[in-house]
Amino acid sequence: MSAATDPAVDPAAATARSTYREALREALREALRADERVFLMGEDVGRYGGCFAVSLGLLEEFGPERVRDTPLSESAFVGAGIGAALGGLRPIVEIMTVNFSLLALDQILNNAATLSHMSGGQLAVPLVIRMTTGAGRQLAAQHSHSLEGWYAHIPGLRVVAPATVADARGMLAPALASPDPVLVFEHAGLYATEGDAGGAAVGLDGAAVRRAGTDVSLVTYGGMLPTALAAAEHLAGEGTSAEVVDLRSLRPLDEDTVLASVRRTHRLVVVDEGWRSGSLAAEVAARVAEHAFYDLDAPPERVCSAEVPVPYAVHLERAALPAVDDVVAAARRTVG
Amino acid sequence: MTAPVDVRRTLLHEMVRIRRFEERCVELYSTERIRGFMHLCIGEEAVAVGVLGALAPEDAVVSTYREHGHALARGVPMTSILAEMFGRASGCSRGRGGSMHLFDAARRFYGGNAIVGGGLPVATGLALADALAGRSAVTACLFGDGAVAEGEFHECLNLAALWRLPVVFCCENNRYAMGTALEREHAQTDLALRAAAYGMPAWPVDGMDVQAVAAAAERAVTGVRAGSGPCFLELRTYRFRAHSMYDPDRYRDRAEVARWKDRDPVDRWRDLLVADGDLDEDGWARIVADVDEEIEQAVAAAEAAPVEPVEELTRFVYAEPS
Ligand SMILES: Cc1ncc(C[n+]2csc(CCOP(=O)(O)OP(=O)(O)O)c2C)c(N)n1
Ligand SMILES: [Mg+2]
Repeated sequence: MSAATDPAVDPAAATARSTYREALREALREALRADERVFLMGEDVGRYGGCFAVSLGLLEEFGPERVRDTPLSESAFVGAGIGAALGGLRPIVEIMTVNFSLLALDQILNNAATLSHMSGGQLAVPLVIRMTTGAGRQLAAQHSHSLEGWYAHIPGLRVVAPATVADARGMLAPALASPDPVLVFEHAGLYATEGDAGGAAVGLDGAAVRRAGTDVSLVTYGGMLPTALAAAEHLAGEGTSAEVVDLRSLRPLDEDTVLASVRRTHRLVVVDEGWRSGSLAAEVAARVAEHAFYDLDAPPERVCSAEVPVPYAVHLERAALPAVDDVVAAARRTVG
Repeated sequence: MTAPVDVRRTLLHEMVRIRRFEERCVELYSTERIRGFMHLCIGEEAVAVGVLGALAPEDAVVSTYREHGHALARGVPMTSILAEMFGRASGCSRGRGGSMHLFDAARRFYGGNAIVGGGLPVATGLALADALAGRSAVTACLFGDGAVAEGEFHECLNLAALWRLPVVFCCENNRYAMGTALEREHAQTDLALRAAAYGMPAWPVDGMDVQAVAAAAERAVTGVRAGSGPCFLELRTYRFRAHSMYDPDRYRDRAEVARWKDRDPVDRWRDLLVADGDLDEDGWARIVADVDEEIEQAVAAAEAAPVEPVEELTRFVYAEPS
C-alpha cells in the first residue's frame, strides 16, 4: 500500500478552502499544538508523511516523540495507544487502512471497547484511531473494503465518518475530547476533494441534512456522500426532490434526524459502500421500519456493494460499487 | 564450485526476464494499461531466481504483493501474469487480483498476499498438509523485512519449529518497509538471529549475488526436505525503485541508492559470466532479444485478451461445482 501524494502544501492555505487531506492535517496540527498529551503514531506517519500524505510536515514541526513512526505491528501499536490513553495521554493512532485494522481488531474490541464497562467504570480509554476505508482505485480485495459497519456494531466505540472538508477539519477535536475510544473513517476517495474547512469544532453525533428535499430521503455517509448528492441532482432534473442525509456518526446513529427526514419524504434509500448483508444500511432500514413504518409510502431500498470481495479489473470494480445510476434507479422505484 | 555454463546462463536469462518485464510494466503503468498498486522487485531479481530455482514442481510458494519476479521464476506464464495486470479474463486470477494477487494453483503458487505477514500462516499450513500427507514437498514463504515486526512472523516461526514443518522462510531484507528504514523498525536488526531464537537454522545471504542465493536456497531446501524442520534465510537485498508507483521516495538518500545500484545483481552476474568466458556479446544480445520477444508477445496477447463479462462479477465467491 502506498501514498497518493499531495504536492506542495501550504499550511496557511488550510483555513478557508482546502482539501479534505489538508483539513485533516490542520486538525492534527491544532491538536498537537493545543495539548501536549496528544501524539500521533502509526506506520510511516512521520518521515514518510503518512501513506496518504495526511501528516506530511508534522514530524518536522513536532518531532519524533509526538509524531511517532511505528513498526508494522498493528496489534502492538493500537494496543499501546490504549495503554497510553489509560496512562493519561491522548493518542491519535493512524492505521493505514481498515483492511489492516483487522490485525488490531482484538485490541480494539477486547480492550478499547470493553475496558470501561468491564472495570465497572473505573477505566476510560480516550483514544482516537484514524483509518482509511473504501474502494475505487483498483486496489483489489485486500485494500478496498468498507468495514466501518463492523465497528459500528460494537458497543463501547464511537464511530465517525467525516464526508466533508469541514467535518474532516472539525471532528478531531471533539473526538479527542471524548472520554471514549473514537474511530475515524476517512474514505480514500475523499482526500483530494475540496471544500470549506470552516475551522470550528463540529459535534460528533448529529447527522446532517446536506440537501433538502421532499420526495425521497437518501441516507448515506462517508465516501458515498458525493454519489448520493450527484444522484439527488440527477433526480431533480427528473422532477424528483431528494433529501440527502449524511449520517456523520455511525455509532451512535442519529436516529432522530433520519426519522424526521423520512417523515417528510415518506421514502427511504440507504446508500452504503459496505456489503448489503448485515450492513449499516440494514440497521438504518430496520430502524426506519421499526419507528416510521406507517410514514413510509414504499418499501425501503438499499444501494450497497455487490457481495463479492472487491475485484481489480476496472469494469468489475465499478460494477461492484454503488454508482449514481443505482441510487437514481432505487429512488425511482420508491417514488414510482 | 562453479555451476555448469548452461545453468549459469539460465540464471542470467531468468533475471533479465524479470528485470525487462518490470521495466516494460513501468511503461504500461504510465499509459494506464496497468492500474492499482504495483510494486517492483527491480534490484531484487537474484533473490527470486535463486530461491525459486531451488524448488521442485511439487513444492509450494507463498509470496507478497511484490511478487512478479517470484511468479515468473516459478514458471507462471508471462502472458497470464500480464493479462492479470491488464485486468483480463485470461489473467492468472481472471482479472480479480491484479499485480498484487497473482495465483497459479497448478504451479502451487499460492499468491500474492497484500497483507504484510499474511502469507506466513498460510505457508505454515501448506507445510503441515504436506507433512501430514507424508509428501516430501517444501513450502517457500517469501516476505519482507517489515513483516518480521508482525505477530504472525513470530507465531509462525514458533509453530513451524515446534512441529518441525517443512517451510523455508525467505526474508527479502531490502532494508525498508515502505518509508521506514530497518534501524527505525527493528530493535535487533540481525533478522537471522531473531529467527534462530525460535530454534531453526537461520543465516544471512548476499541477496545481490544470484549464485550465493541459489547455493543457500539449495542447502536450505535440501535440509528442510530431509525432515529437519523449518529454516530461515535472510536475503540481503535492495529495491532500486520506490516502494510502489505511488511512492515519491522522499526517505532514501540518493547516494545510498546509487551504492546499491553499483551491486546490480543482473550486471554483476553478466559481467562475471563474460569474465569467465561463459558469455560473449552475441550470447548477451540473444538473451535480451529472446526476453524482449517474450515480453512483446505477452503485451500483444494481453492487449487482445477479452475482459471477464460483467455478469460474472460474483462468480468464485464460493467454490463452484466442477
Ligand atoms: C498488515 C499491513 N500493514 C500495512 C500494510 C501497508 N504496507 C504495504 S507494504 C508495506 C511495507 C512492507 O515492507 P516489507 O515487509 O519490508 O516488504 P517490501 O515492501 O520492502 O518488499 C506496508 C507498510 C499492509 N499491506 N499490511
Ligand atoms: Mg522491505
